[in-house]
Amino acid sequence: MERDQPGMMIVGAGECGARAALTLREQAYGGPVTLIGAERHHPYERPPLSKALEPGCDGLKLKTIASRESLARIGVTLLAPAEVVAIARAERRVRLADGASIAYDKLLLATGATPRPLPIAAGLDHCVTLRTFDDALTIRSRLSAGRRLAIIGGGFIGLELAAIASALGVEVTVLEVQARILQRGVPAEIAAILHKKHADHGVRILCGQAVASMTETAGGVAIRLADSGLVESDLVVVGIGARPNVELAEAAGLAIDNGIAVDERLRTSDPHIFAAGDCCSFPLALYGGRRVRLEAWRNALQQGALAALNMLGRDEAHSAVPWFWSDQYDLGLQVAGLVDETVEMVRRDTDDGGVLLFHLAADGRLIAASGIGPGASIGRDFKLAEMLIARRARPPREALQSPEVKLKQLLMSESTH
Amino acid sequence: MAWVEACGIDEIDREDVIRWDHEGRSFALYRSPDDEYFATDGLCTHERVHLANGLVMGDVIECPKHSGRFNYRTGKALAAPVCVNLKTYSTKAQDGKVFVDVG
Repeated sequence: MERDQPGMMIVGAGECGARAALTLREQAYGGPVTLIGAERHHPYERPPLSKALEPGCDGLKLKTIASRESLARIGVTLLAPAEVVAIARAERRVRLADGASIAYDKLLLATGATPRPLPIAAGLDHCVTLRTFDDALTIRSRLSAGRRLAIIGGGFIGLELAAIASALGVEVTVLEVQARILQRGVPAEIAAILHKKHADHGVRILCGQAVASMTETAGGVAIRLADSGLVESDLVVVGIGARPNVELAEAAGLAIDNGIAVDERLRTSDPHIFAAGDCCSFPLALYGGRRVRLEAWRNALQQGALAALNMLGRDEAHSAVPWFWSDQYDLGLQVAGLVDETVEMVRRDTDDGGVLLFHLAADGRLIAASGIGPGASIGRDFKLAEMLIARRARPPREALQSPEVKLKQLLMSESTH
Repeated sequence: MAWVEACGIDEIDREDVIRWDHEGRSFALYRSPDDEYFATDGLCTHERVHLANGLVMGDVIECPKHSGRFNYRTGKALAAPVCVNLKTYSTKAQDGKVFVDVG
């Protein structure tokens, strides 16, 4: 099969790729748009896979970004499931596993990331990872009261799943090799609040615990810990991070640097190829051009849209503040900005029982905020914190600390400087 | 028409929003930068999050959870991930109170 009118091609039909396709049409691009997805489903939102069901929902349902019909209606060709096996850059064509070859004018790689495997768990039947809707269906079908779930990795995926499972009456153990949960990216103060919440719900969290061996038992897995403790479970979910899907780009000779390396306009080392979302690393102007790779839903959405604009020649630079959230039990956590250059944190306690931490750099600049509170109660302050971060503000510590001072006032006084 | 007294006119700050629950329904009540009052459904059309925890900027409310945006005067969905418009309700300010036509 040959298709010879080159247009816009997007490899990866997750949040990022789908948003790129929709944006191309919103921008009135009239040429062919082909969206290639690895999964059997139409584009859907991934965050709900590890979160509690919406009230009134009796089971996990696809949260649709765009159905096949709605994509067809706007002239986007969705090929899913389909696998791209090679990019022929000189001819500007991609080759699919079924032998098809498709020409492109501009190509976007939105290939996402894959859960990091735990070598010691290779080949075990009752040990899985969570990334796709089908993964989530498999896991949820096995969560029922009285079952035992072991989660390896005290990161967001693992903890969100622990919260869901414990609500279903599952006996949950979380094994974290670091000294505490959420070591990467969340301050100890906030991690401790979440840890306690989990403990209150009967989740057992074991920190500083390396897995020594895993063996299959009748219908389950026995995990032997380095300190010789034993955790027996019916199902093991491994959540120890993800690695960017760079194989296609690498084989095509594109520059790779902790992900597919792009510039602030999301261009790869080939001017006809862009990359966006979890699979790419990009320079973040707000942090001195530091190269980062983000695995976050909003980044995928924003970069998908931005890549589409730049595929159309708009020449727009990335400028968003990194941001992510997590929901566990009745608590909502948010982190905005990059926390790792923090030298000082200023704490504000909100009227709703939430905690906000403002992260200051050595020069007093607000570089990040992290916080936790009931439901979405910290949302407004977070948006304002994000705007302050984007403006490279240096708010007075007393003002940040006092709940009497509205962040909106700080933002307004900032803009009059 | 079913006008219901919702709150005092000063219970909402200028360019801000509050939550108002009435007979099992949740609304978001807004006061614009020009001291006009508006009302919409209280929950985001994306994932049913209370919009009253969000930030009002000019004519726009941003959802506190996933950053979807609506024009609260018209209910129009402005930015992904929201794509379904927000239902709006008529309001009137009278005798120091805000009234909402809950329909």
